[in-house]
Amino acid sequence: MSRVLTNRLFWPVVVLLALFAVNLVAFPGFFAIEVKNGHLFGSLVDIVRNGAPTLIIAIGMTLVIATRGIDLSVGAICAIAGAISCSIILGSPDPGNVGTVVVAVITALLVALVLGLWNGFLVAVIGVQPIIATLVLMTAGRGIAMLITEGQILTVNSAPFKTLGSGFLFGIPVAVWIAAAIFALAALLTRRTALGLFIESVGINPEASRQAGLRSRGLLFSVYTFSAVCAAIAGLVLTSNQTAADANNTGLFIELDAILAVVIGGTSLAGGRYSSSAPWWARSSSRRS
Amino acid sequence: MLTSPKHGPVVVTLVLLLAIFAIGGLRYRGFLGGQVFLNLFVDNAYLIVLAVGMTFVILTGGIDLSVGAVVALSTMIAASMLQAGWSPGVVIPLILIATSVLGLLVGLMIHVFKVQPFIATLAAMFLARGLCYIISNNSISITDPFFTAFAYTRIPLGGRLSITPSVVVAVLVVIAAVVVLQYTRFGRTVYALGGGEQSGMLMGLAVARTKVLVYIISGFCSGLAGILFTFYTLSGYPLTAIGTELDAIAAVVIGGTLLTGGYGFVLGSVLGVLVLGVIQTIITFEGTLSSWWTRIFIGALLLVFIVLQKLLTARRR
Repeated sequence: MSRVLTNRLFWPVVVLLALFAVNLVAFPGFFAIEVKNGHLFGSLVDIVRNGAPTLIIAIGMTLVIATRGIDLSVGAICAIAGAISCSIILGSPDPGNVGTVVVAVITALLVALVLGLWNGFLVAVIGVQPIIATLVLMTAGRGIAMLITEGQILTVNSAPFKTLGSGFLFGIPVAVWIAAAIFALAALLTRRTALGLFIESVGINPEASRQAGLRSRGLLFSVYTFSAVCAAIAGLVLTSNQTAADANNTGLFIELDAILAVVIGGTSLAGGRYSSSAPWWARSSSRRS
Repeated sequence: MLTSPKHGPVVVTLVLLLAIFAIGGLRYRGFLGGQVFLNLFVDNAYLIVLAVGMTFVILTGGIDLSVGAVVALSTMIAASMLQAGWSPGVVIPLILIATSVLGLLVGLMIHVFKVQPFIATLAAMFLARGLCYIISNNSISITDPFFTAFAYTRIPLGGRLSITPSVVVAVLVVIAAVVVLQYTRFGRTVYALGGGEQSGMLMGLAVARTKVLVYIISGFCSGLAGILFTFYTLSGYPLTAIGTELDAIAAVVIGGTLLTGGYGFVLGSVLGVLVLGVIQTIITFEGTLSSWWTRIFIGALLLVFIVLQKLLTARRR
């Protein structure tokens, strides 16, 4: 019992269950899930689907925070990814073509990769505090997204692109599949290999880890890059869900939601301890009603 | 002087400001007019007040993310209470008290419960924005005679130059902050906290009181900035001042205050606000440049100053 009580996931889970209980009493239809046209429908499905972008970002954020860092730029990266993909799709002669959409998505992810390397460079090589290093991109990023969209809200009408945010696969929203895949990947990499241990040790004491022979610089580069790519994926899901890239509002404040989710989920902001499953619970508990 | 972490960044900011002015003066007719310069203060009076409060917080090594939301909350309280017929003599003190109390709560949360400033002020930000929506979802305009008089009054400065009363308020706040930081025991303790909290504690400084007080000051300044902002816009709107906390932080950093605390000046932050303002003015004068370049410039400037600070403090070690 005491092991259960001291588990960092204990309180988040209790709060989530309590919220479910309140909802069950207040809204009797809350847990109803029905099948329409072969898709699942219901409040619970909506919560998971709407929470998916934040969840995807929270997974990346968890790893960054585990290294005692923070990534404020994810919201701006969402906007940039959305802007790039939509402008490519709009610029192509055939927006509905699957090939076009694949090119757009891959370009957006590559740009995010570069932005993540930039954050990693500032943190790992220049040695700037993470909160400030990522503040640069948070401030400039929306400006860059505005440059890409030329100040317009780009509305795309592309069936394959729309699938990302509002499509269904085997009755479950595609966005949820994406989030689950990223979660599985992150969990596999960090819990089934030594990577997670390395990340935690960099968070606990960067200097000691370096002296123990860890390439903390490379690790920092990879967590910030991973976080940026997660942000771009979330940005694509958001943009596809709205079928429009809005440089000003896509992913606005999502960095704060994600950080909150990570913290509620029991990851210490002082680094070193994390639980990658935590954001799942936190996410679903904070996007209520 | 250039290579010290204390003065170096401020000198660089000053040179930068003069350089931008020189570029603007060469490129555009009428850019070097006195009124263009004074308008920097007129348009940014509220941001100056915010940056002053933020300087106190950052000097101790903290950060306050709630200021933008608190500005919005003050505009909402002002607009709704004035609409309900309260007199400005009641409304203004009430706002200042309310925002100071919010600052007090944040400070206590940080000091007593050891919550990180980032998280505590983030919570305050969500709380303040939430309260805005509880007051109203819509924009409320202000027709109170005192507020409109304050908004439209111009104080002539000779020639054809003039400023608004808000500028006077902002300048008074700056003077008060400079005096407090440079010449009082509290001011020295603020610097000491940023330099090393542990050492400050061991020296017997009033760590707890100072740490809470800087957040009260920031809350008070946010409330005051909100009132100045209300004079400027004559309305209350729950979505107003989104992202203003970033402008305030950027101004403080560009003004040479070290984000880890311990080094920095209020006057530097004022220079930082002026740099942001003059960039905006240049973009207005240019005409063809889009406003989103402002954000990119601010981001680039932030980067330059962060790297500069890094270099200066690294050499010191």
